[in-house]
Amino acid sequence: MRERSFAPSRIFIYLAVALIAAAWLAPLAVVVLNSLRTNEEIAQGSMIGWPQHLAWSNYAAAWSGFCVAETCAGIRPYMLNSALVTIPATIFSTLLGAIAGYAVSLWRFRGDNWIYGIVTLGLFLPQQMRLLPWTIVLRDIGLINTLAGLVLIHTIQGLSFTTLFCRNYYVAIPHELIRAARIDGAGFFRIFWRIILPLSGPILIVTVIWQFTHIWNEFLYGVTFTTGQQQPVTAALIALSAAVADIPQHGVQSAAVIIAALPTLLIYLLGGKYFVRGLTAGAVK
Amino acid sequence: MRLGRPALPEWVRRLPEVLMIWVPLLLSAAHLVSFSLWTIWISFTPSTLVPVSGWVGLRNYTAVTASRNWQIAFDNLLLFGCAFVVLSAATGLILAILLDQRIRGENLLRSIFLYPLAVSFVVTGTVWSWLLNPGLGIQKLVHDLGWTSFKFDWLIDRDMAIWTIVVAAIWQSSGFAMALFLAGLRSVDADIIKAAQIDGAGPVRIYRRIILPSLWPITVTVVVIQLQFAISTFDLVRALTNGGPGIATQLPALVVYDLMFQRSLLGRGAAAAVLMLLILLAVLLPYAGWRYVQRRRALHA
Repeated sequence: MRERSFAPSRIFIYLAVALIAAAWLAPLAVVVLNSLRTNEEIAQGSMIGWPQHLAWSNYAAAWSGFCVAETCAGIRPYMLNSALVTIPATIFSTLLGAIAGYAVSLWRFRGDNWIYGIVTLGLFLPQQMRLLPWTIVLRDIGLINTLAGLVLIHTIQGLSFTTLFCRNYYVAIPHELIRAARIDGAGFFRIFWRIILPLSGPILIVTVIWQFTHIWNEFLYGVTFTTGQQQPVTAALIALSAAVADIPQHGVQSAAVIIAALPTLLIYLLGGKYFVRGLTAGAVK
Repeated sequence: MRLGRPALPEWVRRLPEVLMIWVPLLLSAAHLVSFSLWTIWISFTPSTLVPVSGWVGLRNYTAVTASRNWQIAFDNLLLFGCAFVVLSAATGLILAILLDQRIRGENLLRSIFLYPLAVSFVVTGTVWSWLLNPGLGIQKLVHDLGWTSFKFDWLIDRDMAIWTIVVAAIWQSSGFAMALFLAGLRSVDADIIKAAQIDGAGPVRIYRRIILPSLWPITVTVVVIQLQFAISTFDLVRALTNGGPGIATQLPALVVYDLMFQRSLLGRGAAAAVLMLLILLAVLLPYAGWRYVQRRRALHA
């Protein structure tokens, strides 16, 4: 779009972006390099350095040998917990959000604008306003300290985002299409399966990536509502860094950090375009 | 109409559809409203370990605002909020302008600046705590290289520790500001820029007079979203400094957690949470009003 002559000095621009990019990559590079260094090696120098020989054993220890709060099974059980929370909660909140978004934008019913307005308030309300009530509700229905409890929370709270994403996408579908289908006798679900879902590919990808990333990375609910063996990996990482405060194990800890970040990093690499679309869709309400 | 089928009553036929529409939406809306009211109610009760009924007026609020913990948290939030929002918006704008110069590898660079957003604050906070730790990170590296008088110990310096959170937060989320600014830069009318170039305007002048002024609405959006993020920051601080040294990097979200789950003062914790909401509203309500005026203007233009 802009003309090439626009830039005062191409060299300066390239130098600037290269420097900033290096600064942005540095923390990732540091943690990757440390995950391949032994603890002795890190203790002798600093956290910033080249591995003398590759200590792949850090990954094995972080995955299944390391001790977090009395149990020595590495972060594997916590990764599994995170997956068992994130995958169902992502699927449920996305599907329900798609139906809700379709209902408020195309099906229309009495009071739809009101209820949609209230649901989107969930985007702003701080998590802290919901901590106590969730604690009490989870305890009363017997789901405190369970993965199912976390799935329930993330599904219900995720609806604010997923309904918004889907609704904003569906309003662009011509109403005539729905009206014609209704005249032909198609009901709510038939229109959803036959017309709406086949058109929803792009928005469902955005919503799934967004929800997966958010739920995987979530920490506050994880530490508040679960303890010990039931915690997601974000909470376990904090417990791990507290546990090794006395005897630093930075090599193993770095490997654990990388393993914990891998699922969302992979999703970002594979679906970066959709991730950014979700960011901007969430921003420009 | 449909011959040969036993006619179900209308409401039975429509039941699944009604349930599918209303149950999720009502659950979502009802939990938001009732949970907010619930927390507000608890903030006016003498609840400690368990919620109890009763009315203590504003006692919890005065107790929270009088505590040193909250005062430090509030001051930190003001400093962190302002510094982080201004610096991350500025960084994002600079990145967007640089990327807008038709440079090679734009996609790769954009991915590099955005990747921290995909990773948990727990992870990035942990990594930053190593880099900034004087005994492990940058200071240690520089010492090992021979410059032993070099000092970079913000993480353990009471007055500077809050700035380490600013640094990590900028690194984490200025990519987001960049993405929005870049979209704004790309939507500036190319014809106006052409016309200005024909009139002999240089690049600096074109940016100052035409492009940057058109970015105002995006800037406001970026600032509001980043402020919202700053107000509820929890994970990053928890992983980076855990509020320390002492309580030097305390933030409201940590105070709420501490009161509710570590000191079992539910009433005060709820009051602190409501105060967080009020701070948020102080940012969001003017923004909503501004958006409303903008939309009205767009309609009448």
